[in-house]
Amino acid sequence: MAAVQDGQVESDAEKETKPDASNDVAGNSSGGARSMSPNAASSASGAAKAAAPTGPGEQQTLLAVLQFLKRSKLLESVDILRREAGLSDELDESQTNDGAAAGSGAGSQGEGSVDAASLLRRVSVGGAAATNIAATTTSKGAEDQPDVSIVLSAYSQQGDPALYQVYYSGLKNFIESVLDCHRAELSQLFYPLFVHMYLELVYNNHEHEAKVFFEKFSGDQECYYRDDLRVLSGLTKKEHMKGNETLLDFRTSKFVLRISRDSYQLLKRHLQERQNNQIWLIIQEHLYIDIFDGMPRSKSQIDSMSGSLAGEARREANKAKVYYGLLKEPEIEVPLDDEDDEAENEEGKPKKKKPKKDNLGSKNKKQDPNAPQQNRIPLPELKDSDKLDKIMSMKEATKKIRLGPDTLPSICFYTFLNAYQGLTSVDVTDDSSLIAGGFADSTVRVWSVTPKKLRKVKSAADLNLIDKEADDVLERIMDEKTASESKILYGHSGPVYGISFSPDRNYLLSSSEDGTVRLWSLQTFTCLVGYKGHNYPVWDTQFSPYGYYFVSGGHDRIARLWATDHYQPLRMFAGHLADITCTHFHPNSNYVATGSADRTVRLWDVLNGNCVRIFSGHKGPIHSLAFSPNGKYVASGATDGRVLLWDIGHGLMIGELKGHTDTVYALKFSRDGEILASGSMDGTVRLWDALKAFDVETDDFTAATGHIHLPDNSQELLLGTYMTKSTPVIHLHFTRRNLLLAAGGYNSQ
Amino acid sequence: MAEERRQKQCSVVMPTESMKAMAESVGVGQLQEDSCVALSEEVSYRIKEIVQDALKFMHHGKRRKLTTNDIDHALKLKNVEPLYGFQSQEFIPFRFASGGGRELHFYEEKEVDLSDIINTPLPRVPLDVSLKAHWLSIDGVQPAIPENPPPAPKEQQKSEFTEPLKVVKPGQEEEGSIQAKGQGATSAEGLGKEKGSIRIKPRSTHELSVEQQLYYKEITEACVGSCEAKRAEALQSIATDPGLYQMLPRFSTFISEGVRVNVVQNNLALLIYLMRMVKALMDNPTLYLEKYLHELIPAVVTCIVSKQLCLRPDVDNHWALRDFAARLMAQSCKTFSTTNNNIQSRITKTFTKSLLDEKTQWTTRYGCIAGLAELGPDVIKTLIIARLSVEGARIKAVMEGPVVSNIDKIGAEHVQSLLLKHCASVIAKTRPLPDVVDQYRTDYGYLGPMLCSHVVKARAQAALQAQQVNRTTLTITQPRPTLTVSQSTLGVSSGPRTPSIIKVPSSLALMSTRPGTPTQPSPPTTKYIVMATSAGAASTQQVITLSSAQSGSPVTSTVPSTPSTLQPLVKLESSSTAGMSRPLQKYIVVSLPSSSSVDSKGSGVLPASTSPISVEQSVKLERSESPAASTQSPH
Repeated sequence: MAAVQDGQVESDAEKETKPDASNDVAGNSSGGARSMSPNAASSASGAAKAAAPTGPGEQQTLLAVLQFLKRSKLLESVDILRREAGLSDELDESQTNDGAAAGSGAGSQGEGSVDAASLLRRVSVGGAAATNIAATTTSKGAEDQPDVSIVLSAYSQQGDPALYQVYYSGLKNFIESVLDCHRAELSQLFYPLFVHMYLELVYNNHEHEAKVFFEKFSGDQECYYRDDLRVLSGLTKKEHMKGNETLLDFRTSKFVLRISRDSYQLLKRHLQERQNNQIWLIIQEHLYIDIFDGMPRSKSQIDSMSGSLAGEARREANKAKVYYGLLKEPEIEVPLDDEDDEAENEEGKPKKKKPKKDNLGSKNKKQDPNAPQQNRIPLPELKDSDKLDKIMSMKEATKKIRLGPDTLPSICFYTFLNAYQGLTSVDVTDDSSLIAGGFADSTVRVWSVTPKKLRKVKSAADLNLIDKEADDVLERIMDEKTASESKILYGHSGPVYGISFSPDRNYLLSSSEDGTVRLWSLQTFTCLVGYKGHNYPVWDTQFSPYGYYFVSGGHDRIARLWATDHYQPLRMFAGHLADITCTHFHPNSNYVATGSADRTVRLWDVLNGNCVRIFSGHKGPIHSLAFSPNGKYVASGATDGRVLLWDIGHGLMIGELKGHTDTVYALKFSRDGEILASGSMDGTVRLWDALKAFDVETDDFTAATGHIHLPDNSQELLLGTYMTKSTPVIHLHFTRRNLLLAAGGYNSQ
Repeated sequence: MAEERRQKQCSVVMPTESMKAMAESVGVGQLQEDSCVALSEEVSYRIKEIVQDALKFMHHGKRRKLTTNDIDHALKLKNVEPLYGFQSQEFIPFRFASGGGRELHFYEEKEVDLSDIINTPLPRVPLDVSLKAHWLSIDGVQPAIPENPPPAPKEQQKSEFTEPLKVVKPGQEEEGSIQAKGQGATSAEGLGKEKGSIRIKPRSTHELSVEQQLYYKEITEACVGSCEAKRAEALQSIATDPGLYQMLPRFSTFISEGVRVNVVQNNLALLIYLMRMVKALMDNPTLYLEKYLHELIPAVVTCIVSKQLCLRPDVDNHWALRDFAARLMAQSCKTFSTTNNNIQSRITKTFTKSLLDEKTQWTTRYGCIAGLAELGPDVIKTLIIARLSVEGARIKAVMEGPVVSNIDKIGAEHVQSLLLKHCASVIAKTRPLPDVVDQYRTDYGYLGPMLCSHVVKARAQAALQAQQVNRTTLTITQPRPTLTVSQSTLGVSSGPRTPSIIKVPSSLALMSTRPGTPTQPSPPTTKYIVMATSAGAASTQQVITLSSAQSGSPVTSTVPSTPSTLQPLVKLESSSTAGMSRPLQKYIVVSLPSSSSVDSKGSGVLPASTSPISVEQSVKLERSESPAASTQSPH
């Protein structure tokens, strides 16, 4: 029978793959490769452990593999695998017996009536994939090459190439003939099956068949997979498959589908009836079907969640508890200084301030149940100057305009003229006194937008001369001769794609195509540190809202958490399947959100490096992120021009804002979170009613299953659209008084 | 269509000819066909990969255009040495050449004379980056300042007009575009939704801001005031200002009311001013005038056909106003007439009706004829020339009959000269030679003889013009740097391939509407076309080179002109002295600065600032459009 033959083939494949895996491990441990240096190893192993298979099901699969290897007398491989997976001997011994059964149970989802040989084979394949994932995650960003052969070898078993079309169209006919309620769910299968069948054809050198197959069925795929199909269409030869990242993504990560139990049973019955082994094999090996009990989802429900490179997020991936509450504000005595009182008196309402302050105080004292422990992440201590700044901001906050649908903010637009399309990133300080721009010519420029000019600190020789006891020593150290409205920072050797001010306005971070993140002093206007770690372009970087920490992410698909006084990263967040395009800190500094070209948003725990949320639903690379000020929600904008809103606590999508016609490059919530502003390549700033958008009831059922039904009201949420004159909007910022600042480079064409 | 594109996506591969050309450029002469195919597939795949990576850099650079720098960065990502020194002022720096049966795109590397560079004065230092702030919105309302775009683009004005029930906020039409494209189920849902949500647009009052009210007052006062300089400024403002959309209803009413009042009062000057306002409004590219035609067209027509437009019809030149208004009418017919509103046919009917009426006054008659004549030669031919004899008889009755009144006489004179002016040019084009006075008299009656002399004049003038154009075409020539095209002698194509040869004449015809040389024989065998732009100069210079064999191509022969001999512009130098094994042919190319002189006929084939890529596209377009031209060329 075919299954038995396949089993034979597979064991051969197994033999040839194992040495590769061991090589890989050896290379990783001895050389350390480029991936990480010894200091980082501790944190990285934490991350790796998190990503490595730890669930009981996968452990059992591993055990089954071990058993198989032992039977095949591959003792060296057994040792290596055991060492790598961290399995102890006795665990191995005790669980081997039931391991195989349980593992197969997990793999085939309760389908028990298949002969033992094919079971074992299936398990072993799954195991190979699992070890491979583990290997990939540890050596991610380093050499992809050793993995490639393992990854690809999974494609080596094959059926008759001529029959692929028959299989696919057979399934297509079946899915089109089923009841409407199941059709939408089952048609999710089309895309992953199409991709894997095409890749199998290509891998086995059936170029012509592959081409015909592609031409015949590529038109059926959902339009949001167009970009991936374009990549796929270029790939026509086996040689091309090596080193193609997109391909590796398809293979290393199982495509996740969520299907109701009824639909799945339907599919299984059909495939068994037809003896459609080829498709069944692909489903077993390359797809992960997340089965749920209950009503099948509707087409729109599925469409809203799909679109990412590896399917939807598994349900259990979003189950972890996230402490999204805000940290308690430090208690600072707000001195009612004289001038303030005078101002109040002039306005003739001096009493008003007292009750307000009491409110603030009481709010601070109450501990939010969703907030993390105050010292969960060690935060830098407040300096005197920070306290002063806090007081300033609180004072300003009292003068804040309350925004709403009826009181829209004023927008002040900062246009960068003569930038010759070279403006790549912008940031504004929290107090809105400085604006920095990163440019394609590798420079970073800082402007002061207040009358206060930018001054450098005097040189060391001059500093010796000043009177250190004087009261205005901070004034005296500044060199008046260097006062100017803008300063240029030279140092990078490639376009500056990300830029971020520290909260205390003393530092500026910039990330560049040259693979470095640089820390600049805004006192001396010189570069202090160049953080090297990403070897590829760094697309984005951001300071923590409390300073000290910062996060960066780039082409190497790993987000790194750094502290300014360490030249090595403290955490590495690995898991994205494509470039990390934007990074953002949660307001409580305990979490980091990253958006990626794999069209997912992930939320990472800074404490342990775990990925605690995966949000799928975007149809294009994500280019902007924003947390709501209360920390409960996150908004993300992508190249498809849509803005999606996510509830962090429940791990759900709760809204979709449609209106932009091009990439959304900037998102920002107003200071109180009533308004979400979005800026886009299409040259518009749009304002959305955030309160109304978040005002959706999430009942327990929805929360449990994650099957949201999006209200189609994004047009009612749109409060305003403001066109610029051919100026893409690439940054938005609300001042402390809720004035919206927008920035972009004028594009003369 | 999407289907088509996807198919293309799948199969786009670099042509093997390019592989060969590239191999030759690095000195590999004989490349097997198989290796070419293998290479081209591999190369196409790698190029696609690199371009896909380069797109990432474009997105992060917040641009819509891919640049050479993006490609460099993508190469760096793959650990490939970037292409140094590939910066270019132009977006696509490639030139196109075809000849010897092959087509080539190449990167032009000119020899640069260092002394030239040293002697040229330094260019201006580019302006430094600067930051400028303005209010995009004040309390939710976008102020109308120069930094902000005009309040409503023309498309939106149009959609508001044509689909008033649709939501008026801009940029929302894309609603659900992603979902609607999904498979199956959504389309039905979408339909249901559309039906359910019929929204009624609330009545809105169009309030003008204080600034707009001031502007309106100033503009209208200046337009009808006594100061001509001010008026010119005001009209200029109306014709160019992008933010007039909200004031348009006011302007429209102002004009229509103004005409109504001033026609009664016979105030010629004011009517002229108002017509000039209409002209300015029509010239403004940002306004969507369709909504206000019901007010504007009656006003204009009134100025064309009204019995009396001025106090003293015998002295005042109200004829000029009628002419001007007639031109306006023709212009609006051209721009606004659609199958729905049928403006042109309705206007034509109106004019014809009163023209046929016996009792129509001379002034109105003049207006009708002017209005019809401006609508184009076809209208003249069918409606006016057919009535020439009748009109002629009527004019004769006034001119030679008993003196009725001075006014009638003047009117008849004007009608006569108007008829002669318009009909002569049309007849000159349509009526075959020779022009015999008697023949004209029998055909056109009283006006015949005068018409004949006018036609003769018109013909002479046309011929003169044609000659002048020819002369200018050939006077200016400029030498160009030498261009070397290496021609391979691969055995595959023994002779020049036909397709590319056939293309030559038609593309030439497009490049320059130069007169053809129909009588000339076509001796040479190969032709070369090289197009290039000189990087420094702002204007394009196409190097049009040809052997003198482009006879009989239909496009060229349509140009009526005297035959003029064209010198071959490519000199073929066969020189086998080169060190390479195969013979190298050298073409010396002489160019014509085409944009200034060749197109001086106003043929508008190529706008003056054509970029090289558009030239190329237009050439290709022409090729595909004129298969007939290609096949008829003598080869």
